[in-house]
Amino acid sequence: MATVLPPPPKRQRREEIERTQLQQDVSPLLATDLGSFKANFVDGDGNQMTDVIEINFADATEKNVSMLLNTLLGRDREDFTPYRFRIHIPGKDIIIDQYPTDLLALLQKNGVTNPFETTITLSAEPQAVFRVQAVSRMAHRIPGHGQPILACQFSPQSSSRLATGSGDNTARIWDTETGTPKFTLKGHTGWVLGVSWSPDGTKLATCSMDKTVRIWDPETGKPISEFKGHAKWVLAVAWEPYHLWRDGSARLASASKDGTVRIWVVNTGRTEHVLSGHKGSVSCVRWGGQGEGVIYTGSHDKSVRVWDAVKGTLLHNMTSHGHWVNHIALSSDHAIQTGYFDHTKDVPTTEEGKRQKARERFEAAAKIQGKVAERCISASDDFTMYLWDPTNHGTKPVSRLLGHQNKVNHVQFSPDGTTIASAGWDNHTKLWNARDGKFMKSLRGHVAPVYQCAWSADSRLLVTGSKDCTLKVWNVRTGNMAMDLPGHEDEVYAVSWASDGKMVASGGKDKAVRTWRN
Amino acid sequence: MPQNEYIERHTKLHGKRLDHEERTRKKAAREGHKQSENAQNLRGLRAKLYAKERHAQKIQMRKQIKQHEERNVKGAADEKEPANPVPAYLLDRANPTSAKALSSQIKNKRAEKAARFSVPIPKVKGISEEELFKVVKTGKKIAKKSWKRVVTKPTFVGPDFTRRPVKYERFIRPMGLRYKKANVTHPTLNVTVQLPILGVKKNPSNPLYTQLGVLSKGTIIEVNVSDLGIVTASGKIAWGRYAQITNNPENDGCLNAVLLV
Repeated sequence: MATVLPPPPKRQRREEIERTQLQQDVSPLLATDLGSFKANFVDGDGNQMTDVIEINFADATEKNVSMLLNTLLGRDREDFTPYRFRIHIPGKDIIIDQYPTDLLALLQKNGVTNPFETTITLSAEPQAVFRVQAVSRMAHRIPGHGQPILACQFSPQSSSRLATGSGDNTARIWDTETGTPKFTLKGHTGWVLGVSWSPDGTKLATCSMDKTVRIWDPETGKPISEFKGHAKWVLAVAWEPYHLWRDGSARLASASKDGTVRIWVVNTGRTEHVLSGHKGSVSCVRWGGQGEGVIYTGSHDKSVRVWDAVKGTLLHNMTSHGHWVNHIALSSDHAIQTGYFDHTKDVPTTEEGKRQKARERFEAAAKIQGKVAERCISASDDFTMYLWDPTNHGTKPVSRLLGHQNKVNHVQFSPDGTTIASAGWDNHTKLWNARDGKFMKSLRGHVAPVYQCAWSADSRLLVTGSKDCTLKVWNVRTGNMAMDLPGHEDEVYAVSWASDGKMVASGGKDKAVRTWRN
Repeated sequence: MPQNEYIERHTKLHGKRLDHEERTRKKAAREGHKQSENAQNLRGLRAKLYAKERHAQKIQMRKQIKQHEERNVKGAADEKEPANPVPAYLLDRANPTSAKALSSQIKNKRAEKAARFSVPIPKVKGISEEELFKVVKTGKKIAKKSWKRVVTKPTFVGPDFTRRPVKYERFIRPMGLRYKKANVTHPTLNVTVQLPILGVKKNPSNPLYTQLGVLSKGTIIEVNVSDLGIVTASGKIAWGRYAQITNNPENDGCLNAVLLV
């Protein structure tokens, strides 16, 4: 049964009525020669890509322009990269995100009196060359956990391994290809609140209510080590980005309810730093790859703090929020989580190559205008989000994202770093422009709070899991629901989209892991 | 300035009486005595009006006291784990489940085959037709053949029901014994809400009683739970759910039921 979508908002209905009542202006369509403009193509950093070229307005659809640019760059037809264009209005600071159907009218509307003689700058954003298809059916329902599933994550390596943490004090690793359990990771004495794969996929970290963090070997299911030190529940863990690993060992940051974040050297189990300063429970921790490593923490004491990961010192303390900070996300999250694995599936053989590739992927994700500037977004109980750029703006927010009508629970940057998705208790998921924090779209359809969302690797689709027992897949470009996935018998607590895009996994109160594919 | 505010004007011009504070304090202090005197000594209509007013006041007062008490309740001890496992992002939140009335415990029970048909009151005393129906003996024709019956127990009658013509109406369901709402208890949340009845699903005594909508102990009724925000497995708000009647409505004058999840 398909979900009945809520009726469109009044404004939309009014516009639709107006549209049906107006006689369409067909004169531009009839005019055969619309003239032409000069297009100057620049890449994301503002560097000119090709010579300035004259394009006929009549032919200037986004697809045609994209094809033209590919041809100008001398690519073979097989290597064509799809582009999306942003239009810089000459003489002004306005940048149009959405390529219009009628470019001429748009230019005239923005005060370009004679578009035929001006050079228009188009910044080209390459889109993912691969395409993830929307998941449409339940592939497996795998029972096994004895209590609700609280966290799940796919291995960065491939979609065939999934880790889940549950309220029955175990974490489990599943073989999603066959839909069978692989290992049961027993040892914790409290609920497993978080699971996290290391960026190279060789280790799994779990954090638990029993105040410990444990490291497991996902190949054998054996415990490697146990980190004790926190005084209260450990709520989240974050791995050091692969390109920053030092002395042959990864580091791990764990956030706890006792208000501290601890940094562990994974191989030795030594506590390298204890980042204390938060006055409330630390709800979220992220490890950014900027410079030598930066740790971002969000806490129930209403602040977001930025720490130097090497020295363990506080860099910034951002206190703009008016209530708990629930979740934070980085523009480079996807690149950091997946390390050197990408859609091409060729993994460098040497350690140095891997590190190099991980660094390149990170820099590509975090680069804005030629500079590596990682951005951070924090979602809060005060119904708002703040977009931060600690490298360039310090403690001053880039923008405040207003629009949610209830607490915002989860926020996520798209893998290409251009869009932000936020899920909240007001049953809506909202999309925002990651560059300036402008509101883009509201994804409406859930009838209960949306707990989690996950992007597909090509940034074209988004899946949301909600209290209303369903997952919904959304088309980000149009804002429509691509697929409604009922099947859970109770609230969905955790959802994850594999980095190769083949599979979505979800878990919740009904204790069975479900995997979905197209 | 409006004409009638001369007292305020006077106070503004000349200030209050010097003993104003003391007089108001004393008046407030004697308020209880005054009320008691009124309650004891008023007679007739005045007494009635006074009692009614006082009654309303007391209700208001009790409500307020209750509110204060609820506010004063200390939050649960920090280290106490919630009963059901929840993810990290729901851990410190005030229990939002009160509105949401789905318990996985009952759901799991339903997953077992045998439990699927189990209800809170499994055995019900049957009601004989002699007990339920009274024979109508008014009128010549009707008395002669005695085919007309009055239902003597509470019934649920749908909103669009119209009575048949007298000649054809075999069962009369008296207006005074009709119910539209039931006090439905959610078994795990221990909350009771008054919900509109949608229909009678089954009266275990007799299929005919089901048809007639007789509400007796053990009857399964369908109630409108859309206010509770229960969600179905397909992600839509549940509308109707079944509940079983737990009291004898004909004795109590109200309808109590327990929700079957």
